[in-house]
Amino acid sequence: MKKTLFDKVWDAHVVDSIENGPDILYIDKHLIHEVTSPQAFNELETRGIPIFRPQQVVATADHNTPTVDQHLPVKDLLSRKQLKQLAENCEKNDITFYGLGHPYNGIVHVMAPELGITQPGMTIVCGDSHTSTHGAFGTIAFGIGTSQVAQVFASQCLLLSKPKSMRITVNGKLKPGVLPKDVILYIISEIGTDAGTGHFCEYAGDVFENMSMEGRMTVCNMSIEMGARGGMIAPDETTFEYVKGREFAPKGLEYEQAVAYWKTLPTDNGAIFDKEIHFDAADIEPMVTYGTNPGMGIKINGSIPVENDESFKKSLQYMNFKAGESLVNKPINYVFIGSCTNSRIEDFRIAADYIKGKQKAENVTAWLVPGSKQVEAQIIEEGLKDIFEEAGFKLRQPGCSACLAMNDDKIPEGEYCVSTSNRNFEGRQGQGARTILASPLTAAATAISGKIIDVSAQLN
Amino acid sequence: MEKFTTLISTAVPLEIENIDTDQIIPARFLKATDKQGFGDNAFRDWRFKKDGSLNPEFSLNNPKYDGSILVAGNNFGCGSSREHAAWALVGYGFKVVLSSFFADIFRGNALNNGLLPVQVSEGFLDNLFETIKKNPETELKVNLEDQTVSIIGTNKTESFDIDAYKKTCMINGYDDIDYLISQKSLIQRFENKKASNRHIETEVE
Repeated sequence: MKKTLFDKVWDAHVVDSIENGPDILYIDKHLIHEVTSPQAFNELETRGIPIFRPQQVVATADHNTPTVDQHLPVKDLLSRKQLKQLAENCEKNDITFYGLGHPYNGIVHVMAPELGITQPGMTIVCGDSHTSTHGAFGTIAFGIGTSQVAQVFASQCLLLSKPKSMRITVNGKLKPGVLPKDVILYIISEIGTDAGTGHFCEYAGDVFENMSMEGRMTVCNMSIEMGARGGMIAPDETTFEYVKGREFAPKGLEYEQAVAYWKTLPTDNGAIFDKEIHFDAADIEPMVTYGTNPGMGIKINGSIPVENDESFKKSLQYMNFKAGESLVNKPINYVFIGSCTNSRIEDFRIAADYIKGKQKAENVTAWLVPGSKQVEAQIIEEGLKDIFEEAGFKLRQPGCSACLAMNDDKIPEGEYCVSTSNRNFEGRQGQGARTILASPLTAAATAISGKIIDVSAQLN
Repeated sequence: MEKFTTLISTAVPLEIENIDTDQIIPARFLKATDKQGFGDNAFRDWRFKKDGSLNPEFSLNNPKYDGSILVAGNNFGCGSSREHAAWALVGYGFKVVLSSFFADIFRGNALNNGLLPVQVSEGFLDNLFETIKKNPETELKVNLEDQTVSIIGTNKTESFDIDAYKKTCMINGYDDIDYLISQKSLIQRFENKKASNRHIETEVE
């Protein structure tokens, strides 16, 4: 029987199948952070259940962490308490923890791949919906709730019914100025925020084959925004090269053996998907969102559609936009380059490349927040920090930051923020904040000009 | 987890599509380390005005509507995996959420907390909104055993799907942890086999 990449990884992890019920799926790696784990630790403690496989759990502090003065005690008392609790829970249960200031600290979906914790063919879960990011390596990775965090703590397994499969194929050559973020924003705007519900999505075609690992992670990261449980891309030479030599990656003969296995994972020719969607790379332009869900996106030089639906109207009212208008030349006072979608070294290289020799617009407050301590170190090492500072930007310290505003990095009420993060929900970046999702290139260009501009027009 | 079999209640309509979990419980309320108290902040930014007073235009604040069933627009619970959203709805007093579509993680989180997500057709949902708005006293009957939802006083009934295993859990009020722990020897055997197969696995072409 012809199998998909998803089938191969799933089937290799089924411990048992309950008749007319879910499978017991074995989890290779369980990533945790401070927000969705405390209640799970409590649950186990109350029930007197030990953590079954603590060595397969890795913890980081990211959602609540400040992005300045990380050497000082965290000012917000509740955040400090939650971070302290994670440290204590890890200590007590013998779990590896990369706390604030640790050289491996960072956003969970940035630090795990860069440390080689994420490897092809694995199953990875985390109490965070953007766990789908790790699918870029050909792993089955998905977000879970806190009850499930407790289940994995207790048994290293989850009870799950196998999702349906879908494949999104994008062939052709991307236009200049079109980044992976634009590709995924385009896909979601075309198919909607619920198109993937109940499915695991494989991205295929030469656009993804030619994409860097960073770009693939950006794409898979946003799979959840179209409702899919996760996204995957078949491992290939780009994947193997990325994993090679990383801290926790297999080494020597073990690496060679692993690669031989990873090569067996791609979807067999002729395997059947429950759903197939095709796009042409030539149709994709730089994208921006205008509404309050990631599916409400348009080509940057396009205009907001006209729809007569109450939820649509409510959304435009929140954003203070009008149907039919263009977003080009809209003045923007806030720009955020960061989040598990776009805070990897490649994102900052792209931004720096554009920013070099230019000056930030006076009206703009721009937050550049690396995804991890390692990315921060790379930015400094490669001289990008100097470029940012010469242009009037300030580089902050790693964390989730203004993506979900659990720390002090909040966009003030009524202000617009061009953001490289993944969600433009009401109040996502702070109460009353208005988020416009875009690529790091569009975000950098906005910071320079103080208003939204069509970067591709500049490039052509 | 509380057992769930049948519920008869009036319902609160929330006729908005794509309600994400950031609206059900905003991120700034996720700093608690236990499960209590989230109900107070359910739909916080929709329920309250900026000055902290209740927003009378929001349906949960409308004195006409009451009950332990929330009827919401399509694609309910999209976005973040935060289980706090389910804790907030349960804490607020809801036992059932009805919609024409639920996001996967929310559905799972709800079921793990004794909150029943009932997915109905678009037509049935439209009808529900209309009926409840016309007569807020309308009672609904949700029968998990039969997997049906009925509008009492009318002949309108619709059946809904639920995973058989999850249905049993809801009816008996038990969760997955007990079951998984009972399978530990099987899980250990799987681990041993996986470890010894690693080399063979790599040679499969």
